[in-house]
Order: sequence, then C-alpha cells, then structure tokens
Amino acid sequence: MAGKQKKFIQGNEACAEGALYAGCRFYAGYPITPSTEIMEIMAARLPRIGGAFIQMEDEIASVSAIVGAALGGMKSMTATSGPGFSLMQEGFGYACMTEVPCVVVNVMRSGPSTGYPTGPSQSDVMQAKWGTHGDHPAIVLSPSSVQEALYETIRAFNLSEIYRTPVTILYDEVIGHMREAVTIPAPGDIEVVERQKPNCPASEYKPYEVKNGKVAPLAAYGEGYRFHVTGLYHAADGFPTGNFKLIQEANERLISKVENNREHIWKNEEFYLDDAEIGVFAYGVCAKSAKFAVKELRKKGVKVGLLRPLTIWPFPDDAVLEMARKVKTIIVPEMNLGQIINEVSRASKGQCEVRGLFRVDTDPIHPKQIMSAIMGKPVDATVIPNEVMIERDMIDG
Amino acid sequence: MTEPAKKLWRIEINEKLCKGCGICADFCPTNVLEMKGIIVGVVNLDKCTGCQLCDLRCPDFAIQVFPR
Amino acid sequence: MSTQAAPRTVPYKEKTPFDYSSYLRKGKLPHIWCPGCGHGIVLKSLLRAIDATGLNKDDIALVSGIGCSSRTPGYVDFNTLHTVHGRSLAYATGLKLAKPKLKVIVITGDGDALAIGGNHFIHACRRNMDMTIMVYNNYIYGMTSGQSSPTTPQGMISTTAKYGSIEPVFDTCDIAKAAGATLVGRGTAYHCQELEKTIYDAIMHKGTAVLDILDSCPTYYGRFNKVKGNSELMEIAEKDGTVSQAQAAKMTTEQLQGKLVRGILHRTERPEYCEEYEKLMAKAQGK
Repeated sequence: MAGKQKKFIQGNEACAEGALYAGCRFYAGYPITPSTEIMEIMAARLPRIGGAFIQMEDEIASVSAIVGAALGGMKSMTATSGPGFSLMQEGFGYACMTEVPCVVVNVMRSGPSTGYPTGPSQSDVMQAKWGTHGDHPAIVLSPSSVQEALYETIRAFNLSEIYRTPVTILYDEVIGHMREAVTIPAPGDIEVVERQKPNCPASEYKPYEVKNGKVAPLAAYGEGYRFHVTGLYHAADGFPTGNFKLIQEANERLISKVENNREHIWKNEEFYLDDAEIGVFAYGVCAKSAKFAVKELRKKGVKVGLLRPLTIWPFPDDAVLEMARKVKTIIVPEMNLGQIINEVSRASKGQCEVRGLFRVDTDPIHPKQIMSAIMGKPVDATVIPNEVMIERDMIDG
Repeated sequence: MTEPAKKLWRIEINEKLCKGCGICADFCPTNVLEMKGIIVGVVNLDKCTGCQLCDLRCPDFAIQVFPR
Repeated sequence: MSTQAAPRTVPYKEKTPFDYSSYLRKGKLPHIWCPGCGHGIVLKSLLRAIDATGLNKDDIALVSGIGCSSRTPGYVDFNTLHTVHGRSLAYATGLKLAKPKLKVIVITGDGDALAIGGNHFIHACRRNMDMTIMVYNNYIYGMTSGQSSPTTPQGMISTTAKYGSIEPVFDTCDIAKAAGATLVGRGTAYHCQELEKTIYDAIMHKGTAVLDILDSCPTYYGRFNKVKGNSELMEIAEKDGTVSQAQAAKMTTEQLQGKLVRGILHRTERPEYCEEYEKLMAKAQGK
C-alpha cells in the first residue's frame, strides 16, 4: 500500500480494508447475507500478506476460532449478520470472560429468525449489548458511512487491544452495500494499537493481574508463558476460583474496565446542537437521513440539531443528558420497533420529551419522515408511491 | 544353597491424594495392597514385584513404587 | 517445534516410578474427579506419552471443552485453554492455524465431542489439521450428574433414561474415519500402558488423530447400572468389553459381538491443512 488511495467501495469492503490496516491477520467466518463480502475479501487478501483465513462450519465455530487465533497472538475477526450473531453469543461471552481481544462485525438485517436477509434493520442494537448471558462488558461501534466503516473498524481493533475485550462493529445492510468514495489511509496516518506483550519472567506472569488500573498484557501461546485460560471465574493467575470475593471482583472488573473508560471510548458527532430546540438522536444509516433532514429544516429556520453516536455502547449518557437539557424534544428514528429510545429516555432523565420514529419494513427511514417527525406532523409509513412499489423476490441467505 | 537375593520394593502412598477408590488394590497381581478404611494400605510388601501397575492405574497420583 | 530424541521406549517400563511432577502445575492436586474415575489414569498415560515424544512444554497446547474430562488442562503445565461446551475443536482449529508450530491436543468427552460438538468434530476430521483429539468416553454426562450421552449403550440407565436408553449409539472411531481423520485409535484406562503407546502414536502422527478412550464413571454410570465397585466397572467395560487387534484377528464375527477393538484402527496419509495453507499463501503471493 503506497500512500493514500481513493476508492469507490462498499461498506463491507471498507470494513475489510480497515481490518487489514489495523493489523488483522486472522479471519474465520461463515457466509451470511449481508456480510459475506467482508469474508470474501479477507479470503482473497489475507493469504497475500501472510495472514490466515478459514471458512468454518458455522458461526459458533467462527467466533471460537478467532478467539483461539487471538491466543495464538494474532489480531482476529469475524463478520456475520442476525442469525449468525445469535449463534455467536456464547463464544462472544467467552471472549469477554477470558479477556481475549477480537472483533465481531454484525451487518444488521431485518427481522427475527431469517427475516428479510437483504433488507436493513437496526434491531440488534440491544442484542449487541445484552446478547450473551451474564454481566459482561460491551463496546459497540456504529459507523454511518462507508468511510466510517473503515475508520471505526480500525478503532474497534484498537479498543479491543487496549481493553482486552471483544468489540462489536454494528452497521446495517445499507451501509454494508452502499458505495461511497473512501480514502484508504496510508500507513502511519492512523494510530494502530499493537498488542502489549508481557516482559516479566514466565514464572511471574499472571494473565489477569491488574496493574495501575490496566489489564495485564496478553501473552501468546507457544512463547514461553504457559498460562491457563478458562471461562470459569478465575483469579489473577487464570485458574478457576470459587472464592466469593474474587468472583465479585472479577465480574465488577470486567464491567468497570469499560465503564470507567467511557470517555475514552465514546465518540459522538454533534450537529447544530448549540441553539437547538429539537434534537435528533440517530445512529447508523438513520443518522444519514437525520443529518439531511436537519440540514433541510435549518434552511427553513427550524432550530433542530443532531446527536450522532459512533460508539453506541457504552451508551453516550452524558451527551444525551446535555442535549436533553437544551431541547424540548428528542426524536429517535430507529429501524426497529423501539430499542435505543429506551436508553435515550433513561439518559435524558426526564429533562425533555422523547419521541420515537420506528420503521421495520426493510426500507431505510427517509429524511422526509424524520422532517415530519421533527415538525410534529403525521409520519407517512413510506415515501415510496404505491405505483413504484414492486414485489421483491426473497432470498434466504 | 542360597536363593538369589530377592529384589525389595518400597511403596509410598500419598494420603492427601488417595481417594480410596481401591483400583490399585483390586488389580494388584500379587495382592500387596488392601483397603484400610478410606485409603489404601500395604499389607504384603514382600510379595511386591515392582510391576508399577498400582502407580500406572492410580487416577490420583497417590501411589508410587521405588526400588528399596 | 523443538524435539529431542525420544528418551526412552514407549510405554514406560522403568523400574522406578515415572516422575509426573514436571508436567503438573504446582498445588493443583487433588483433582476434581471422583474416586475411581478413569480420567486421572488417562491423564497419566497422556503425560507419559508426551514425555516420550520429547516435545517441549512450550510447544504443546491442550485445548478442552466442558465436562469432567475437559477439566484436564487446568492441572498440567502446558499452554492450556478450557473453552465452552462442544467447541474445543473450533478454538483448537483457530489456534493451530494461527500458530502451526504448536502441537495441539484436544481433550474432550463423549457428550462434548459427539453431541453438542458433533458438527465441529466431523469438520475437524475433514480438514485434517495436525492435532490429536482425545475423546474420553465414559458413556455418560458426569459433570451434570449422569444424563445419557451419544455413547450410552442401549438399555443402560441414566437420569434421562430411567427405563433404559433406547437411543442408538455413535461409534467414535467409525465417525472419525468416515469424516476423514487420518489416524483413528482406541484405548482404555484399564490398559493404561497400551493406551500410552496409542496416544504416543497419535501425537506423532501428522494430521488429525482421533482416539476413543474408554474409561469409567463409577459415580453415575456405575451406580445407576448396579455395578458396585470402581474396579468392577473397569473390568466389565474396559477389560472384558474390549479386545486387542491381535485378539480380534483370531475371533469370529460372533465372538466379536459386543466387543470393541483397541489399538490403532485406521491410519492413512492425506495433506495436512496448515501445510496446504502454506502452499496457498505462496500461490496467492505469486511465489
């Protein structure tokens, strides 16, 4: 890769570019619409740069394999969509518990079960936080453009290494398949966090020892540190424990290593919020529509602003509360039947009214719909005229 | 006429590790071992041939046979 | 992988006891297994076999799933990975491909490998990645107190087969062979020296090696099925229930009814996955 490149690519391609830039050298996956392009690109690119690619027998195996590879010392990743993301949940929890860095991409498609595989949604946003059982940390990034799919993938790998935890990249089918002009950064343009290796004698290495508030460096297997990794509650040395105090501490630490560093992990874009009387809270592709709607209404003198989180978990509580104190109403457009709106309500602490705009017919929310919602007008179910509506063929990939 | 000197053995039982399953005693070819309460004990050391089977089949790393 | 010349013959037949201490993590014994459980016997055979290979401890990874047998890695001084139920082979596959120099040994059980992990099991065999898969087969789920597994023989009692199991069983070796494993063998805890040799052969084999290792769960399988003693259960299932290949060769089909054959039952050569991946990389890089 010599210098900056400009490419006209899909979100899924941008995600793969971001992963390779961040040093991802292991990909395991299973085909599923609408994420498969990521896997196909990794299959072509990784062998060229000495990385490993493997197509696994299912998504459970895929998430397992990337954790195994991470313990072999590689930056690793998998990508999937709805049904596959559901299958990965146990393995994801294992990565949380064992504090193994890795990245999981979920290109959201529509519906529970098979739903509408080629249609977008944002209905996995709560699953991305609470999908696996038990109290666990969640860092979830939500790009809303193709360029951001690249940048946020790099950030996902960096956060994953810093906090030794799996990071989810959550975007929808529209971002995944939309093409935009994207700048591929040149080496060195963007910081890439490399994995910390222990430098203590092997006999003193404790893979879960916290020093100065930081998680211990993660050794790779086969390099002299013969340590134990288990999904059971474990002490600092990695071995199972039934000690009440240690269990409480271990679980609290898993959560606090992310929650205490929220300000480092949060990333928001604020748009026209300074004097806004109405706020829009939007993420993913909805933020694209929302930005357009806000711009249009600003031209007409409507005092509306936008808060667009790129980190959806940990939830941007502070930014939402700040907005809630300024505005009378927050509008939350979501391609689901009301998920993140509950978080917005919670974080706004009753300082303003919170209204949702939900759509799950697999067509993205249109700026016109958001404009109607902002103006307090009735929102049409769709902006597509009836005569243009066509019966779409289903594929069930 | 003197018999050739019989090789002698010493059996060490780790009482902290023995769980008293009895496998070593049951499968000892010369009945050297016997259960004594909840752990195994040596009752016929002079019959021991040093075959090591008690050690090899002990699931608990609790018994070892050394040349004396 | 650094190997020294094998220091001795296999199995271990010295007149002094084998010193397991350099392979055991300090202060971890006693292990969690019940009195009379065969897992400890199999573990000792494994450690003697590893010792005979001359492999460096740093170059060995032990990967396991969930279940009684899967607790093995916690006791031994290798790179050890205790994963989730059924998925040990998928973790092992990722680890091995990321670091091919590691000798990966997977410890799994009849339920872990053949029920919840059945899909990963056949695909691991198909890929023929260089790893040793040891299926500790005690015919029952021990960790959850005695439910039926895919190897619980028909008619036998478990907490989920109160009137005798009607479920047909899997033969681990048959599945492994059909799915493409390039070495398939069987051993028992009772025949612990023979088992050591079988494990040694499996570890030294290049490719996926699967071992069906019969051992006993006296606490549940034995107790539910009215077998009183720990040793009695070993005699019935392991000693009398199996024959060596030499014995089998002299027996009629009728005599072999109900007997399982021990030893290396299948051995063939096929390209190993990580080596094939090396070639693929060279091709992709235009070399």
